Amino acid sequence: MTAVPTPLVRNREPGPQRFRELSGQVGWGIFTWVVGIAFFLPVLWMLITAFKPESAAETWPPKFTFSPTLAEFRLVFSGWGPYVTHSAVATIGSTILVLVLGVPAAYALSVHPVKHWRDGLFFFISTKMLPIVAAIGPLYVIALKLHLLDSIWLLIILYTAMNLPLAVWMIRSFMLEVPKELLEAARLDGAGRIREITGVILPVVSPGLVSTALICVIFAWNELFLALNLTTVNAATMPMYLISSVPQEGLYIAHLSAAATVASVPVIAVGWIAQRSLVRGLSMGAIK
Amino acid sequence: MAVAVTGAGPAPKVEVRPRGASRREGWQRRLPLLPALIYVIIVTQVPFVVTLWYSFQNYFFDVPAPAHFTGFSNYTQAFTNAAFRGSLLRSVEMTVIAVIVSMVLGVAFAVLLDRKFFGRSIVRTLIITPFLVMPAAAALVWAGPMLDPNFGLLNWLLEPFGVNHVAWLSTHALGAVIVVMIWQWTPFMTLIVLAGLQSQPSDTLEAASIDGAGALATFRELTLPHLRPYMELGILLGSIYLVNVFDQVRLMTNGGPGTSTTNLPFYLYQQVNFAFDVGGAAAAGVITVILTIIVATFALRMFARVFQFEEAGI
Repeated sequence: MTAVPTPLVRNREPGPQRFRELSGQVGWGIFTWVVGIAFFLPVLWMLITAFKPESAAETWPPKFTFSPTLAEFRLVFSGWGPYVTHSAVATIGSTILVLVLGVPAAYALSVHPVKHWRDGLFFFISTKMLPIVAAIGPLYVIALKLHLLDSIWLLIILYTAMNLPLAVWMIRSFMLEVPKELLEAARLDGAGRIREITGVILPVVSPGLVSTALICVIFAWNELFLALNLTTVNAATMPMYLISSVPQEGLYIAHLSAAATVASVPVIAVGWIAQRSLVRGLSMGAIK
Repeated sequence: MAVAVTGAGPAPKVEVRPRGASRREGWQRRLPLLPALIYVIIVTQVPFVVTLWYSFQNYFFDVPAPAHFTGFSNYTQAFTNAAFRGSLLRSVEMTVIAVIVSMVLGVAFAVLLDRKFFGRSIVRTLIITPFLVMPAAAALVWAGPMLDPNFGLLNWLLEPFGVNHVAWLSTHALGAVIVVMIWQWTPFMTLIVLAGLQSQPSDTLEAASIDGAGALATFRELTLPHLRPYMELGILLGSIYLVNVFDQVRLMTNGGPGTSTTNLPFYLYQQVNFAFDVGGAAAAGVITVILTIIVATFALRMFARVFQFEEAGI
């Protein structure tokens, strides 16, 4: 009976300290919750305001109790037609083109690297550092001369160039993780380059391609500068719909909030789903 | 060992190959890279070559006369133009403040999220959401529902502290724009720093705590050095995006009041869309690109270092 198991004693002895530790942990947890909610507050306020009738949106003090209405959402859904179509086409089109161009490029920079693969990689990243805003005037003139102004093709072309460097880096980082033995086995089976890509590499990196595509979708969907400068009607995108939802006069806050909610929800959903791979995408594959 | 020697292994490879074959091999390797490379060169480099061309031309959209060569006059105008210089400095100011503050907040948030607590993944989701909100939507929601002097939520929240219907976008325009930039980019920094914290080997931290090191000392002596490459990466990538911030400026303040929030992207946008001055904007663009290349040379070197570190073992 004298042989009390030591762990028990060790557990019991620093009781008050253990209690302090535990309450400290709970305290930090609550604090983090408060910080998180405060940080999220503008999004929450956007959501709440979107369900208000227009008359309840611009009051002092701000109203927290009101009878929620879908009126503003109905208004948004009746007016967003062309904009959302353009955004979807530009986003999906450019993302597909990014993958079509990016997968072979990433392959040539990782699995069977070209001689100067390092220079190639850094060329791609360096194009992200050149501010596209600096060339906006000439870009406008070029688009005008090519009859691409206000066309969805122009946005597809530019968004592809905008996302391609990021995608090449990211896909490359996934390809580097393909086990060498798999490649070796395929080579011994007599697989050529094409079969190596389609049969061995693509199945392994496909989850990586999905997260690459999601990152590209986020950036293309949210882009405003190029769309605002180079399109007016025929290719105007969702961010431009948001701008049009702010009238010169009259009450508009509830309508704006509904439009902002609708415009943001696709990307927020994509980001929440892709949370795990978000870091990897945003760090261009540097952080696994 | 003996088995391996006597076994009928594959014949040793002949390393010396005919010249033609190795050239073909080289092209086989290069071929998949070429479409993407050519695409990026055409779409991203050609506009800059054209920019260089127009920077020596007198060309206005609204004047029917064709473009003509004017030598360096666009450049002398750009250099003597206070608005251009001002916008350049403002871009630097906005980027530096936004990057530093969002990194500091990012480290703080990451440290908070690194602990175990009830609902951690929910709070993490809440904190990354601002990054995902469409920047145009964020700008308009901040400008209206949040910051409006008459019915904005912020004034109501601050009323107990003696704030009375402040018109933030008139009195603190630059600060308001920067706050929204910080709000959107702190999640980015948080995610990157959090990945760094979670990659920290727990045994060194345990060893430090057994040695009796305080939490603060451990953080300063062990965690911060470990986080350094992650923070560098976050600062680098954040700067690339933040220096091009346009949506918030265009939609919250339209560059004003006066030119107090006019950064470079907005200035160039105005030059092209309202002054129709393609030549002048091109010269300003070329100067911007040259400055960017100087900064980017250092940035790329930093990039190479960070990535070498990553590939070495993280």
